[in-house]
Amino acid sequence: MAEAMASNGYVSGSNLEKVLRAGHFAVTAELGPPQSADGEVIRKKAGLLRGFCDAVNITDNQTAIVRMSSIGAGAILVREGLEPVIQMTCRDRNRLAIQSDLLGAYALGMRNVLCLTGDHQTFGNHPQAKNVFDIDSVQLIQMVKTLRDERAFQCGDPLKGSEPRFFIGAAESPFADPVEFRPYRLGKKIKAGANFIQTQLVFDIPAFEAFMEKVRSLGLHQQAYILAGVGPLKSPAMAKYMKESVPGILIPDELIQRLEEAGKPWAGKSKDELTKEEKKARSEAWKQTGIEICIELIQHILRIEGVAGVHIMAIEWEEAVAPIVKGAGLYPRPVVEPLPA
Amino acid sequence: MIIAEQKPFEEIKSLVGAAQKVLVVGCGTCVTVCFAGGSREAAILAASLRMASKLNGDPKEVSDVTVQRQCEWEYLDSIAEQVSAVDVVLSLGCGIGVQAIAEHFPKTWVVPGLNTAFLGLPAEQGVWVERCAACGDCILGLTAGVCPIARCSKSLLNGPCGGSQNGHCEVNPDIPCGWQLIYDRLKALGKLEMLYEIRPPKNWRTSRDGGPRKIVRPDLRLSEEE
Repeated sequence: MAEAMASNGYVSGSNLEKVLRAGHFAVTAELGPPQSADGEVIRKKAGLLRGFCDAVNITDNQTAIVRMSSIGAGAILVREGLEPVIQMTCRDRNRLAIQSDLLGAYALGMRNVLCLTGDHQTFGNHPQAKNVFDIDSVQLIQMVKTLRDERAFQCGDPLKGSEPRFFIGAAESPFADPVEFRPYRLGKKIKAGANFIQTQLVFDIPAFEAFMEKVRSLGLHQQAYILAGVGPLKSPAMAKYMKESVPGILIPDELIQRLEEAGKPWAGKSKDELTKEEKKARSEAWKQTGIEICIELIQHILRIEGVAGVHIMAIEWEEAVAPIVKGAGLYPRPVVEPLPA
Repeated sequence: MIIAEQKPFEEIKSLVGAAQKVLVVGCGTCVTVCFAGGSREAAILAASLRMASKLNGDPKEVSDVTVQRQCEWEYLDSIAEQVSAVDVVLSLGCGIGVQAIAEHFPKTWVVPGLNTAFLGLPAEQGVWVERCAACGDCILGLTAGVCPIARCSKSLLNGPCGGSQNGHCEVNPDIPCGWQLIYDRLKALGKLEMLYEIRPPKNWRTSRDGGPRKIVRPDLRLSEEE
């Protein structure tokens, strides 16, 4: 794939890289750090994900809400024996801060980084903040690759010592506009140095198949590992909100109808008329359906040529990952012996 | 041009404070065109201040004058006498005008009556939009004449991000996605392949990040003898 330093061809030697190189269908899952300094939250969530994925993405102040840092939470995961994918955005750090943080992350044992532009700060809880956006996600990918493969900083100065050897990830939103440009933008990220790609949430299989067809025609699936983003829907309201308000998310109406169907025994009553127990039961019914839908989506995705894995984003619902992975037949996760160096 | 808008009247009153003699100075250039600080606005604001201070039982002497350009010394010279006769100058120029007055009249207290907003143009009657971020290293030749620094909310050089939907920016549906505009124009002009190239990180030294900026043109400098 990318320039190899080790004779076994690994660029980073991370578990995620080894699983993908061995040809397994990879599973990554997302872990959202707490809005507090409570490391126990990370340990608890790690417990929910342990054994069910090959690496764990840790979000970087997602939706521009201040949370425990991705690298801080990642250090806890490393101690817990799980492999983090550090998410790094360009919103809050300039090129100095990003490189410095990545050197620290590597020294703490982190081996995968996902390079993102970052949600705009106006969405979050500090909309008054000054943003950075010194570089963008494509340039960030290039910078991480330069640190690794050229052992040089973005300015060109050489590193004085060992380099951070990250497995470099990037995101792509297949259904954001302009849709016809998205495969080409993915190509730019791969050309910049991305080794793996995690996509925005996929619910519309035909649309994703069309995207992948274009990706294959450009040969991109042979230049980077593409992991399709999936996630369980929690309720019809959440699904409608995402469909209407989140750019780049397509949710077919039939999926929303299935969720509504699941809540039918409690339909006809307003929120105030339902007892606490009824609300809980309805929520459980929705969640069960959401997990079922997610499993079916993965089963479809497994058959799409050029898809190397799935990235499960169960936002603030890490408990859903285990039943999804088991239900999709992706459990247990492979234990890959490294290729001889 | 420079687009500005008048500060809320309450804020202007508080900036003028207890000063008795006030000179409102309009500017005949950009802020006249955007209806924020021309002679008409200066006269209206002066009248409003007179009326408000009278109602408050503390009538102030408020006069107004408008110069062609507050940002050039020669135009400021013409109001030196009026400036020296007041306790405060309320400038209806952009931030450059306010500072030019402060620099040219060291003994004068000057306050701003406008918020300088951006470099832009009137898109429609009564609507002004930003077009330039004055980054000091123009890339419009790479982006089909649409500036991503000024018109992409994240100033991306390799956009669009995943927040572009139906031509709008994720930040606000009122904001057209700058990169969709770039894409559409490149496509219409048959130059889409320009988007396949990776643009390297920008050198922000020419922007504000290199500190306050200055241009010196030796060819235009007057020699010492002159």
